[in-house]
Amino acid sequence: MSTKTNIIQGDIKKRIDTWIANYPEDQRQSATMPALRIVQEANGGSLTNDLMDEIAEYLGVPPIAVYEVATFYGNYNHKPTGRHSINWCNSISCYLRGGEELRARLEEKLGVKPGEVTADGKFSIKKVECLGACGGAPMCQIGKDYHENLTEEKLFKILDELE
Amino acid sequence: MVKVEINGQVIEAHEGDMLIDVADGAQIPIPRFCYHKKLSIAANCRMCLVDVEGAWKPLPACATPVTDGMVVRTNSPKAIASQKSVMEFLLINHPLDCPICDQGGECELQDVAMDYGEDVSRYTEAKRVVGDKNAGPLISTDMTRCIHCTRCVRFGQEVAGMMELGATGRSEWMEIGTYVEKSIDSEMSGNMIDLCPVGALTSKPFRYTTRTWELKAHQGIAAHDSIGSHIQVHSKNDKVMRVVPHENEDINEVWLSDRDRFSYESINAEDRLTKPMIKVNGEWKATDWETALQVAIEGLQKAVGNDIGVMASANSTTEELHLLQKIARGIGSENIDFRTRQVDFSADAKGFHTPGLATAIADVEKQDAVVMVGSYLRKELPILNLRLRKATLKGAKVIAVNPQAFKFNYDLEQIADDNGMVANLAGLAKAAADAKGDNDALLANVTATDTDKVNAEALINAKNSIVMLGQIAQSHADYALLTKLAASLAKNTDSELSILPIQANEVGANLVNFLPANGKNAAQMAQGMDAFLLMGLEAADFTDATQAGQAFKNAGFVVNLTAFDSEEARQYSDVMLPIALFAETAGTFVNINGNKQSFKMSVKPQGDAKAAWKVLRVMGNMFNLAGFDYTHTNEVLREVLDNRSTTLALAHLDAEMVSANNDSKVVMVAPYQMDAMVRRAPSLQKTPDANVATMVGGQD
Repeated sequence: MSTKTNIIQGDIKKRIDTWIANYPEDQRQSATMPALRIVQEANGGSLTNDLMDEIAEYLGVPPIAVYEVATFYGNYNHKPTGRHSINWCNSISCYLRGGEELRARLEEKLGVKPGEVTADGKFSIKKVECLGACGGAPMCQIGKDYHENLTEEKLFKILDELE
Repeated sequence: MVKVEINGQVIEAHEGDMLIDVADGAQIPIPRFCYHKKLSIAANCRMCLVDVEGAWKPLPACATPVTDGMVVRTNSPKAIASQKSVMEFLLINHPLDCPICDQGGECELQDVAMDYGEDVSRYTEAKRVVGDKNAGPLISTDMTRCIHCTRCVRFGQEVAGMMELGATGRSEWMEIGTYVEKSIDSEMSGNMIDLCPVGALTSKPFRYTTRTWELKAHQGIAAHDSIGSHIQVHSKNDKVMRVVPHENEDINEVWLSDRDRFSYESINAEDRLTKPMIKVNGEWKATDWETALQVAIEGLQKAVGNDIGVMASANSTTEELHLLQKIARGIGSENIDFRTRQVDFSADAKGFHTPGLATAIADVEKQDAVVMVGSYLRKELPILNLRLRKATLKGAKVIAVNPQAFKFNYDLEQIADDNGMVANLAGLAKAAADAKGDNDALLANVTATDTDKVNAEALINAKNSIVMLGQIAQSHADYALLTKLAASLAKNTDSELSILPIQANEVGANLVNFLPANGKNAAQMAQGMDAFLLMGLEAADFTDATQAGQAFKNAGFVVNLTAFDSEEARQYSDVMLPIALFAETAGTFVNINGNKQSFKMSVKPQGDAKAAWKVLRVMGNMFNLAGFDYTHTNEVLREVLDNRSTTLALAHLDAEMVSANNDSKVVMVAPYQMDAMVRRAPSLQKTPDANVATMVGGQD
């Protein structure tokens, strides 16, 4: 099978190969998660079926084995995201500390619901499960950064300062 | 050995055996969904929780190895409470649609819920709903019913060697499926229907046709390949409703190929021939048996002394083939053959080597190296391919010499370049001969490549190895030469040599000598005869269907014992005698290991059709031939029971090396074009294996 996309080349290929080299030769499948992350980054923050097929072929595993991983973890996106992807923690500690109400304010400010992108393509919101920063609840992840002990004021300031 | 106590019963077991296996062995019931003895342990359904002394929490019996002195209770209040909790949990999202579910009556969930479920559900919230997927023509999906046991996923990964299903999403959003719209194309896909403990995966052709408790089960033998898988024919009111595998560890384990599972559809096909027919002044007329047989006998008697061609399908029973050759020889015809897809008959000069597998089917798993010569084994003999796949998973080296690379479901080395099969096999044989210092004259002008040397070395070093010739080799223009080369390779590598019988009863046909000892072979007969007596054959069964059809048309008289009516058959036949199909007759198939497997009639033949052996018996009597007074198939079988297979020194066949590459002349046959029955099974015809192009190219 030859795939419809051809993203795994040059620097991307080199980065994935570094991960593959970490595992025994017959266990290329172990590099599925980093490969998905690297390809997602290169594709502007989200994956497509064709990209997942390309990863499957490159690793020599059935496509469904890649779909399984890519749909299990919240950090893989299957829809286009904004330039700044906001992962909003949806779990118990943040919930108890007013995360729900704060998200409502955020949705109001940006005019989008989870799973949507703002008209200018700048922001998108996604509900995710616990990000492991309960001590700083309520929290969210914007891009690669964690922002903790959020208040409306603090959150909006962070958003305003982003390009 | 260790001693384990389960429910007060002390049982001896091997240390490390799983508790559930030990309990099963002692017939102590433990409920389960995800556990299956032929699949890896997932331990994800938790239904098999049992109470183990010393363990604070209940343990899953499928994933708990036994240790000496272990004390287990499967029915203590703690065990029962755990099992009931799991049951309640599994039923939370399972729809209460048993009355309209095809699985109802043979559902593991339903059965276990009877024992462990509560009468009333405490769950009042909305249940999850999962959209159905189109998984192709064989499997119907109702994924809302799925309990995520992952048996189907593991079957694809571990047994079928083709991961088509997976679990995508997580928690409440987890779904079993293909994720992208795609049909399930494995040649063994129907087994997922059996494995599914609920009604999520059901048989599409069988769906909504009957309730399972109305079915009658009959033991049978599968009629489409030489494995002779054990089956159960399920019937209702004398109509075959479905076919399922019957466990036989030595042959098909618990599996069945899709071809053997779904071919039954043609038994109930619209175009079954249900009345004897005769052609009167160019017009077809339905008539009674007596008249039709009279016309048949008279016509053939007129042809006696001329060239009468007698041919039959190798899916006919031993009894049928024996009687047909007895009639043929009785009326003085030696033109007897079943090898309608063979091209090169030059080996016949030395006699007829009975095909067969040199080891037991189960022992294919124990091979260290196997060479396939001209075989897409996966499609030819799916069950044997599963065994070979298991051998590769244990590290066996498999080499395939084929006209082109095929999509096998395991790692192997495919030698399929433009040099052609003869040159490639000769190279391998030469390397083996060189290694053994054998100056085989046949290989005098052959040079072995370095790869050949490595492969030959692997074969020589292998403790158990087989060289097998498959269907493509047998249809090759240089079949005798390929056989001779394979024999040389086998000899010099201490490998077993196996010519694989493909159709259900090729071995039986050999045993009853359904072969042209001094007459014309199938290919010669297909060039034209004065008269034909055909059984279960159509022009499409021949390498050159057009030529065969023309030969039948040009013949002065054609008697056609056939289960199916067709425009084509009407054009060339003079008498059509309706005969029974495999589930409608008693008989015997001799499988790839030479096992004579007899079966009884499951249902009555359709319409006025009769078992072919009975038709032939009457014909024998009408010809006034001696020894046709049988009353039972056993009496027919008894006559040939002592017939032994013939083994020829295949290394001494008369064949010279050729330089031409004749691979492109091979006419490949898709598995669902192999015989008249599968060609008429509508569901199989909708799959990629229905024609060569999609069989070779359509799957990944």
